[in-house]
Amino acid sequence: MTEKWTPREVVHRDYNNHPPAFAPGYKTSVLRSPRNALISLQNSLSEITGPIFSSDDLGPQDNDLILNYAKDGLPIGERIIVHGYVRDGFGRPIKNTLVEVWQANAGGRYRHKKDQYLAPVDPNFGGCGRVLTDENGYYFFRTIKPGPYPWRNQASDWRPSHIHFSLSGEAFAQRLITQMYFEGDPLIKQCPIVKTINNDDAIRTLIAELDTHAAVPLDCLAYRFDLVLRGSRATLFENRTQGAAR
Amino acid sequence: MKDYLAETASQTAGPYVHIGLAPDAAGFHIFEKNFGPVLTNSHTEGERITIEGRVFDGSGTPVRDVLLEIWQANAAGRYNHPADQQQEKPLDNDFRGWGRGCSDFDSGVWRFETIKPGAVVGRDGRLMAPHVNLWIVARGINIGLNTRMYFSDEQDANQRDPVLNLIEWEVRRKTLIGQREQRGGEVVYRFDIHLQGEAETVFFDL
Repeated sequence: MTEKWTPREVVHRDYNNHPPAFAPGYKTSVLRSPRNALISLQNSLSEITGPIFSSDDLGPQDNDLILNYAKDGLPIGERIIVHGYVRDGFGRPIKNTLVEVWQANAGGRYRHKKDQYLAPVDPNFGGCGRVLTDENGYYFFRTIKPGPYPWRNQASDWRPSHIHFSLSGEAFAQRLITQMYFEGDPLIKQCPIVKTINNDDAIRTLIAELDTHAAVPLDCLAYRFDLVLRGSRATLFENRTQGAAR
Repeated sequence: MKDYLAETASQTAGPYVHIGLAPDAAGFHIFEKNFGPVLTNSHTEGERITIEGRVFDGSGTPVRDVLLEIWQANAAGRYNHPADQQQEKPLDNDFRGWGRGCSDFDSGVWRFETIKPGAVVGRDGRLMAPHVNLWIVARGINIGLNTRMYFSDEQDANQRDPVLNLIEWEVRRKTLIGQREQRGGEVVYRFDIHLQGEAETVFFDL
């Protein structure tokens, strides 16, 4: 059975909701940001299409970070569920989109060969997971709440607790990587990476709320984190062949 | 405007992006199936090519912790996605059209094994020259950078390409051309990306 699919155009990105490329308070951005302006394109097939994923790409425990690397016991730390909806700017659910997450362990240490922080690696925690959203755009995974950690920006900078998120979207133009923070963390307002965003409303979109309704009693707490990708709408006027506006 | 939801803000992928998107590169094995830089299997239609390059920062230093994704049409010029309704062109079930690769932590070199894409119809019915769409994230990059690689052996098509022709600075167009090389039996396109400075690559707002 093939679903009827209407080609959809992705609405232009509103850069007021995003950090600029050059944000000197985050030092690494200084040499890694283009100096020229981006060149804006109208959507073609190259932008309104993107990779399709299926449950065959994933394993059954991929969304359970508590168990997916457990070797001889459970990982140490606060057990939490993170869940929410992925929608586009018009409120449509984004179905079957690939959500990938990665994070440090409870002590703020990453399982990565380049991480030298002295807090120990947890032998039972890997720190990555992935899941596809369902028909309603809903996703959930289970994990350990990550700890904050220090990093070499200003010598006293610490990242707030955060989970990295990657979303594939329905179109290559919707591709997004971001970070989720936790409600109430006092490090959020001091963080140079958070502060690359010059817009308090946009920063608020990155803060997950404690959600006791979704907690499992005597087992784990929950946080709710909804995400929005760029709006896509039906193509209203297609295939102009003569005198097309550029 | 008020009724629309604002897009979730982007943040950098950070230096440990590999943990989530390429855990074997981070130094541990966790998932049974991994996404990687090989887009072909033995049944995929089309000319086998390798795309390889490095990403350089504004000082000319290779960026050694970069992650790239490519998205492209099949050999007939059709995307494996329901929005591509170029019905006259066949779909290739052995080609998703998407891959993910990381730079080597020492050399900074990244590499994809794929096929050369066919030409895809653009807006207004004009053909676009064959191209591969790239998306680049790393520590220090606050929002993923989009670019395209075109092919040095497609000069005529490149001359007519509606996107290359949008770039009013002709000298900048050549930053998007991958250079064909023959290496033994292998066809390689070299495509270096310069984030900043004299040879800065053209990046797009899609």
